[in-house]
Amino acid sequence: MIQVKNLYVDLGDFQLQDINLTVDEGEYFIVLGPTGAGKTVLLESIAGLYPVKSGQIWLRGKEVTSLEPEKRNISIVYQDHVLFPHLSAAENILFGLKIHRRPKQELVKVLDWLSDLLGIAHIMDRSPDTLSGGERQKVALARALSTKPEVLLLDEPLSALDPETREGVQKELRQLHNQLKVTTIHVTHDFEEAIALGDHIAVLGEGCIKQVGTPEQIFHQPNSEFVAHFAMARNIFTGEVVERDDGSTVFRTEDTELEVVTDLRGKLHASVRPEDILISPEPLRSTARNSFCGTITHIADRGSTLYLTVNLPPDFICLVTRRSCEEMRLTKGQKVYITFKASAVHIF
Amino acid sequence: MVKKWFATNNMTITFILLGGIIFLFIIVPLLKMIVASDPKILLDTALDSEVINSIGLTLYAALIATVIGFLLGVPLAYLLARFDFPGKNLVEGLIDVPIVVPHIAAGIALLFVFGRSSLAGKAFNLIGIDFFDSIAGIVIAMLFVSIPFMIDSAKEGFKKVDVRLEKVSRTLGASPWQAFFKISIPLAWRSIVAGGVMMWARGISEFAAVIILAYHPMVASTLIYERFETYGLDYARPAAVLLILVCLISFIVLRLLLYRGQKT
Repeated sequence: MIQVKNLYVDLGDFQLQDINLTVDEGEYFIVLGPTGAGKTVLLESIAGLYPVKSGQIWLRGKEVTSLEPEKRNISIVYQDHVLFPHLSAAENILFGLKIHRRPKQELVKVLDWLSDLLGIAHIMDRSPDTLSGGERQKVALARALSTKPEVLLLDEPLSALDPETREGVQKELRQLHNQLKVTTIHVTHDFEEAIALGDHIAVLGEGCIKQVGTPEQIFHQPNSEFVAHFAMARNIFTGEVVERDDGSTVFRTEDTELEVVTDLRGKLHASVRPEDILISPEPLRSTARNSFCGTITHIADRGSTLYLTVNLPPDFICLVTRRSCEEMRLTKGQKVYITFKASAVHIF
Repeated sequence: MVKKWFATNNMTITFILLGGIIFLFIIVPLLKMIVASDPKILLDTALDSEVINSIGLTLYAALIATVIGFLLGVPLAYLLARFDFPGKNLVEGLIDVPIVVPHIAAGIALLFVFGRSSLAGKAFNLIGIDFFDSIAGIVIAMLFVSIPFMIDSAKEGFKKVDVRLEKVSRTLGASPWQAFFKISIPLAWRSIVAGGVMMWARGISEFAAVIILAYHPMVASTLIYERFETYGLDYARPAAVLLILVCLISFIVLRLLLYRGQKT
């Protein structure tokens, strides 16, 4: 278990203050915050790599606030992986164990274990600059896990990867965690990533923690405008991907069924971007597979664009320009049809 | 990346002409001196023990200066690359002063500090080191005028090492010393060695600061100067040619070693 108590960190331009976090043993904890919110610095403070002005960090019942990083046994994986460029993949992974002067048999054992676990046995002799983004990430993960850390810190581990790789790696991170149960703190700016991976989520913004809760609490009961802003402008639903008798794949929620395109099955999340939803007064004849009738319950003015809340149920947030809203004379309480393609539904 | 080595347009041609002039200006005097030398006289000079000793002394003293520069300059370079502190710009500016001051003045300043009547001179005398007319004097003169090359080059090398590489190594259990020797030094090594080569070269070529502190034993430049003053150009030239050849060969070899394997 790791606890951060009243942490205060000075970043020059702004401060992180009153940071309080409790991450339970074996938990996958997400810190969600916009770019530039000081997420990386928070991780570095926890690892002992960035000076703390005041406050405390407790690790398994011991205070480690002023302990040197090499004595904490907390590993970090940076966004761009930061592999040692002068060492091969295997040498990168074994760096920590060599520093600790572990016996040769143990080095071999750990290397075998990690290369099996992450499926990277074939790249062990390669130099980091010849590896792909996904491979580099796995090497960085293996390096971080090699010392059997008490806490694993992940700094935006998915954002340096291309979208196709990202989905796979996200799944692997989850599986890896289920398997190893290493207490993990993962920082990200991506709401969907947070929902998909986190046991608990802390929303970081404006220098402090805005809310801590389960993914459901964060996106169903945001406690502030700031948190709501993260959850809003996104249509996120919990449900299950199933195959219908007619062969089509649908995402089934409590209230509705969305046609989707995915190979994933089971209890998952779905999101539809507000800008991917078309609004019309009559049903549209189109190739889009999803079309529903609902009532406009809320209109949020954002200047040249407007966010409409359309209740089917559930609520869908839709983005329209001011001009089309005026031309179509959309008003609160009006019945409209919303339409979007099956491929516009992102399953995660 | 392969670039076309020749592109014909007005600008490139003009630049080739201008560049050619300055390149010839560098290369012609050196080549002419080497080519115009009578091989027999050159051979005689090469066998002249006075010449051999002075060239040997020059290379040796410059090497000692470089080793001292490495031991004292690399830590400073690391500090400058990693930390910001008030007055850092001033410190960096002062480090480069030895490059810009006239070296004869540098020699006098050094004599003032390390001479026999000075405090430092007396202190070093107690441990048997005398800077006047001695190898130690040659070494500190060379050290003074050439240390900026080591510090600047190593500093640039360390700056290019992502500080997070050191941070990651710390989380994996490395002490600050281990992080320095296993991460920072290997990654900055090429810059440090390049700085060392420059420093050594600068040391070998130093004359003015050296003669103020130590006219004897004679470094190669002093010997060439003395022969020129006493006997004239013809007598001084073979020794000069020999020094140039020794330097050229050393630097070509060092450069090859330094850049070997870099083209990947």
